[in-house]
Amino acid sequence: MSVATETATPTSHRAAPVPGKRRDRGGAWLTLLAWVVGILFVLPVLWMVLTSFHSEANAATNPPSVFAPLSVKGYQEFFSGGASPWPPLLNSLTASILSTALVLLLSIPAAYALSIKPVRKWTDVLFFFLSTKMLPVVAGLLPLYLFAQQTHLLDNIWLLIIFYTSMNLPIAVWMMRSFLSEVPVEMLEAASMDGAGLIKTMRSVIAPVVMPGIAATALICFIFSWNELLFARVLTATVAETAPVFLTSFVTSQGLFLAQLCAAAFVVSLPVLAAGFAAQDKLVQGLSLGSVK
Amino acid sequence: MTSVAEELGRGEVGSARPGAPGVARRSVAWARRAPLLPALIFMIIVTQLPFVATLVISFMDWNAYYPDERRFAGFANFRRVFTDVNMRDAVWTTVLLTAGVVLISLVLGLGIALLLDRPFRGRGAVRTMMIAPFLVVPVAAALLWKHALYNPEYGLFNGVLTWIWRLFGSDRPPQPDWISTMPLWAVIFALVWQWTPFMMLILLAGLQGRPLDVIEAARIDGAGTWQIFRSMTLPHLRQYLELGALLGSIYIVQNFDAVFTITSGGLGTANLPYTIYQIFYQAHDYGRASAAAVVVVIGTIIIATFALRTVFSLFREEPGR
Repeated sequence: MSVATETATPTSHRAAPVPGKRRDRGGAWLTLLAWVVGILFVLPVLWMVLTSFHSEANAATNPPSVFAPLSVKGYQEFFSGGASPWPPLLNSLTASILSTALVLLLSIPAAYALSIKPVRKWTDVLFFFLSTKMLPVVAGLLPLYLFAQQTHLLDNIWLLIIFYTSMNLPIAVWMMRSFLSEVPVEMLEAASMDGAGLIKTMRSVIAPVVMPGIAATALICFIFSWNELLFARVLTATVAETAPVFLTSFVTSQGLFLAQLCAAAFVVSLPVLAAGFAAQDKLVQGLSLGSVK
Repeated sequence: MTSVAEELGRGEVGSARPGAPGVARRSVAWARRAPLLPALIFMIIVTQLPFVATLVISFMDWNAYYPDERRFAGFANFRRVFTDVNMRDAVWTTVLLTAGVVLISLVLGLGIALLLDRPFRGRGAVRTMMIAPFLVVPVAAALLWKHALYNPEYGLFNGVLTWIWRLFGSDRPPQPDWISTMPLWAVIFALVWQWTPFMMLILLAGLQGRPLDVIEAARIDGAGTWQIFRSMTLPHLRQYLELGALLGSIYIVQNFDAVFTITSGGLGTANLPYTIYQIFYQAHDYGRASAAAVVVVIGTIIIATFALRTVFSLFREEPGR
């Protein structure tokens, strides 16, 4: 196995002056270790998926019944057993997509004014945005609740959309600024010499460089909005309830049905898993606020 | 908008003479600021105004159960916050939880990043497997750990213990009740599982940005693996370690989902967000919840001032334009 890896990467920098055989054996051990660690980390997820496809009787056994016959009963119960999960799932989708769109709409121009044509003291502005992220969100919970109560916005999905926008805007401004700084100045100058307007410059010079950045930003904002629990729990009730809130109430009202719970947890996580796996590299860029490319 | 911006573009090249009329210069400055304003105003309204409201409410005697007895309370709420044993415990729990999760997941993340930095068969597959925990919705992950893994009767952990003990012919495997015997560690482990992939991704990106020719040279000069790691890899990774620690702390300090789901804040696991949520949501003591929030905000500002200096050192190499 290690021979194959060595030939696969002829530029490997690990050409240590160690006898070949010993190095190969060490490499095989490290490969094995990497696989074991990877499997250990993914195991709870696999266990969740496997349990969701077991019958309730086989889901909660000790020792675990790994090879029990598969069943979709858990999913049937989840989708048509009690309260329908569709409204909360759609609410989550609405809140995540609309807040992400709003974040992009606000953050891209702001990032432009912090990188390409920077305002004076742009670093101060940038750190103001980050500092809002450090303040404990829970401190804003009560005023927002009281405001919503006064304006009859409680249990209204728009309140969550506005809140999620503010929650993700600082991250998006940092990320977009980092990506916009990649736009080569010479090209911008050349474009303006040629008399290209802002829109044209945007389209032909800035967009190609920045599109991957927008995708990374959108992915991160979508995931964070989809995952949020605290505010959704306090600010929504039956109408605007989101999927994470539904998950918690689902457990208390249903007692405990492990297969059904695992099915529910898997369904709610599925959009994030799909988006995250499809865009692994974007995930890294996004998580590091664009500082790792 | 277009014409103003064009004006601006030309302004940079031609007309930005020091002697230009002040009015024109001011309008140019405003044109530069214009794209920034919507985001800035939005953030100030949505995040700063609520804090002002919190500050005002913190000086009021206001409990939603007695809405008619709302009045000015001076520093009474703050006195209660500072003398409240639960609050002090919550501060300590928050510190332990955050430091524990960040440190353990950083160390694990570093080890795994080093493992994944060398080419081997199936590296992409292992990386994909490693990312999975981070992509499970936090509440779902907390529920999964609480019910499918930690459960003393049919959880996977005790199930595996049963397997192992049977393998050696014993019928009396230990069946610990994980959550009630080590509640804080139960929360920490579940969070470490979710955050190690995050640290690993950032550190792996850092490792892959290392200057390989220098390392190669050091190796030829006879430097050992450990020597290279300590004197070259670690210093290079420093800023990535700092970035991971900072971002991890920002998110984990605020953790609500895991504490709420796994222990419901019981058994000494109530951190600050959960405690404030409880004062507000269950005790309906708006005044005290606000005072607690104000204290936490002030504490955060003090800590964040230091943290921000760290981030600044991360980004200072980037030249501004």
